[in-house]
Amino acid sequence: MLTSLSHRTGQLVRFIIRRDRVRIPVWLLGIAALTFIVAQAFTGLYATAQERQTMAETMLNPAMTAMVGKGYGLDNYTFGAMMAHQMLLMTAVAVGIMSIMLVARHTRADEEEGRMELIRSLPVGRLSSLHATVVVGFGTNIVLALLVGIGLSALGIASMDLEGSLLYGAAFGAAGMFFTSVTAIAAQLSANARGTIGLSITVLLLAYLVRAVGDVTGSGLSWLSPLGWVASAEVYVNNYWWPVALTAAVAIGLAAVAYVLHAKRDLDAGFLPAKPGRTRASKFLLSPLGLGLRLQRTGLVAWAIGMLVLGASYGSVLGDLDAFMADNEMLKEVLTPVEGYSLIEQFIPFLMIIIAIICTVPALMAIMKLRVEEKKNRTEHLFSRAASRIRVIGGYVVIAFTAGWAMLSLAALGLGLAAAGVMEEPIPLGTFYQAAMAYLPALWVMIGLAVFLIGFLPSVTGLVWAYLGFSFIVVYLGGLLQFPAWLSNLSPFAHASGLPVEEMAYGKFFLLLVIAVGLAVLGILGDRNRDIRG
Amino acid sequence: MTILRTTNLTKSFGSFTALNGINIEVNKGEVYGFIGPNGAGKSTTIRLLLGILKATSGEATIFGRDVWKDAVDIHKRLAYVPGDVNLWPNLTGGEVIDLFVKLRGTANKSRREELIERFDLDPSKKCRTYSKGNRQKVAIISAFSSDADLYILDEPTSGLDPLMELVFQECVMEAKQAGKSVLLSSHILSEVERLCDKVGIIREGRLIETGTLAELRHLTRTSLRVETRLPVPALREMKGVHDLEEDGLGLSFQVDSEELEPVMAVLSAQGIVKLESAPPTLEDLFMRHYEGTGQASQAGSGGVR
Repeated sequence: MLTSLSHRTGQLVRFIIRRDRVRIPVWLLGIAALTFIVAQAFTGLYATAQERQTMAETMLNPAMTAMVGKGYGLDNYTFGAMMAHQMLLMTAVAVGIMSIMLVARHTRADEEEGRMELIRSLPVGRLSSLHATVVVGFGTNIVLALLVGIGLSALGIASMDLEGSLLYGAAFGAAGMFFTSVTAIAAQLSANARGTIGLSITVLLLAYLVRAVGDVTGSGLSWLSPLGWVASAEVYVNNYWWPVALTAAVAIGLAAVAYVLHAKRDLDAGFLPAKPGRTRASKFLLSPLGLGLRLQRTGLVAWAIGMLVLGASYGSVLGDLDAFMADNEMLKEVLTPVEGYSLIEQFIPFLMIIIAIICTVPALMAIMKLRVEEKKNRTEHLFSRAASRIRVIGGYVVIAFTAGWAMLSLAALGLGLAAAGVMEEPIPLGTFYQAAMAYLPALWVMIGLAVFLIGFLPSVTGLVWAYLGFSFIVVYLGGLLQFPAWLSNLSPFAHASGLPVEEMAYGKFFLLLVIAVGLAVLGILGDRNRDIRG
Repeated sequence: MTILRTTNLTKSFGSFTALNGINIEVNKGEVYGFIGPNGAGKSTTIRLLLGILKATSGEATIFGRDVWKDAVDIHKRLAYVPGDVNLWPNLTGGEVIDLFVKLRGTANKSRREELIERFDLDPSKKCRTYSKGNRQKVAIISAFSSDADLYILDEPTSGLDPLMELVFQECVMEAKQAGKSVLLSSHILSEVERLCDKVGIIREGRLIETGTLAELRHLTRTSLRVETRLPVPALREMKGVHDLEEDGLGLSFQVDSEELEPVMAVLSAQGIVKLESAPPTLEDLFMRHYEGTGQASQAGSGGVR
């Protein structure tokens, strides 16, 4: 019976590996490379034990605990302790996302597209495809564990021994296995791929949040979260193997639950009932603008929350920086502040430029959505009715410009409010907001450029992402890598004023505004005169 | 009254000429069948007519206005059903229909309900759960629940079951009776024969045959299967006889419509025992145009005949 249920699993495993022969290695190498690079960077950044100890002290605050987990080994903050404390949890979340995507793709997504039906019509067992997916999911995570473990110990960094490194990798592997199984269950509950991914990501976020609350309050709540389990292995300090083993064991148990559920249900059915949707459209939906908003609603709201959290997490660090610098007499002497400005205030423009570039991403996505729709032949539905080109692209332009402003405002708000909460002498919220708004024209120039490309060179609109990436590199790393000024000046972000330290340069501000609006208007006009091709 | 007219409509994509001098005329109350193999240029023509693509040269007008410049005004009186309907996965069918109807401007609420009923569509389901046929229904319902004067239908029944195909044909007939015009691009020749007054056949970007069905029938052949008392050796030599096959006394072959009379005279002289004839179909005509190029000659000599 069991063999007939899982007949030809081996062949399906090979088939999945064949389909993902690029995807899986890219994920594995990406996560491993990130880990190795950060470990290597730590040795350069904090060369002496004293510097590491200073770092350990800045970690001793609730915001950091919530973000990266409870500190351990802080009295002797070795490279290993630092790595495990600051990186393990965040990277484990990435491993979780990798596992969720991998499993959802080969279970519910295949089923939804009707490919599963083809497979099931062949002489394969009823559980074979799920079993094969779980095997590949577990296998991928075990390979990741070994890759990271052996790689980390091979770096030969003091305090990062073989056992600790293997446990570090195993923590990733176990977390990945856990979310492999969680997604396998979600794929049985939800009747579509989107729901499967949504449900699994929700579990991942809950695991993260529950752990954050547990770690900050010191209650046992963290024991309800698998991420809490892997973090409690205290890698490189105490090397507890059992929490990792526990996570892996629970993962196997959950996979069994998924198998039982899978065996019980019909193809294409899910255990969560699909509730009927609206039979009538709301008034709000009935225009190209309304449709554009509706299609991006979830994404924009998620980004908006993300930007608020991003601002708040930077803000919470500002407080620590403040306290840290107030206490540290030596630092005060070394860093001579610009006349009339505190160190924090000098730090604001640097933060804002990063925040502004990140806020550009959702705004650009909002305008690029038009191209996505076009490629899927869905703008055709609008153009074949009485919707003009201007009305359709205009809707997306309005959404993108507004989104850019809203994202930047929210990030500034989060930053200002969190900073006010943790600083002894708070900087007024208005200062943060003005500093953020100084970057708005630069952000809009990026959108304007995207609109222009859509209007005149629709096939290469993707270039605007490259330009944003370029901007990030020259502005963020330009100072560090000592790029020539003309190179940085190619980015619009380099021309914004760094409030509150610099004076507001209104000339440049309005010039950027004019460029942004001009490019957008040209793009809109150009869009009237081109072929729509899916 | 001419509703739709194209004059030497030409479209090139780079060096590739997708359409080459297309002339179409659709009058008020007329159903124009637009047929041709995949990649012949049907959809390109329709996308030009919708102002989604811009013509390289030539002219196209609908309601006497330029399809590119006056697209929005034209579309207020035009309904379109694409052959491959891509919908937004997270909207329901009902929402999409409302959106489409609203975008055109002329809503007919009772008609919407009636059509949803006739096409047996569940409008409360998300589009991601719809099969191809159901997505097609969404487009058809939105098209026919607005009061358009011209319907442009690009292989509208692909994916529909035969019952729904009939409902669709009823809708087209009702529109025609109400004095509306229809441009129907289709693969299904029986559908075109049933619905269309005029037919245009397009191949490799050129309109190779146009006319009313009666006019085109002159170009068709009648399939015959006869048994005669005496053999008819002369038949093989006769003009207009094609694909002759013998089994015993039975003969099956095709005759050009204009050569039917002399052929029948020869047959009846030898004493007809049994006679079956199949009427000339558009399919034969269509297949014959393929045969000429060799591209589809295998399909031509296949099972259909």
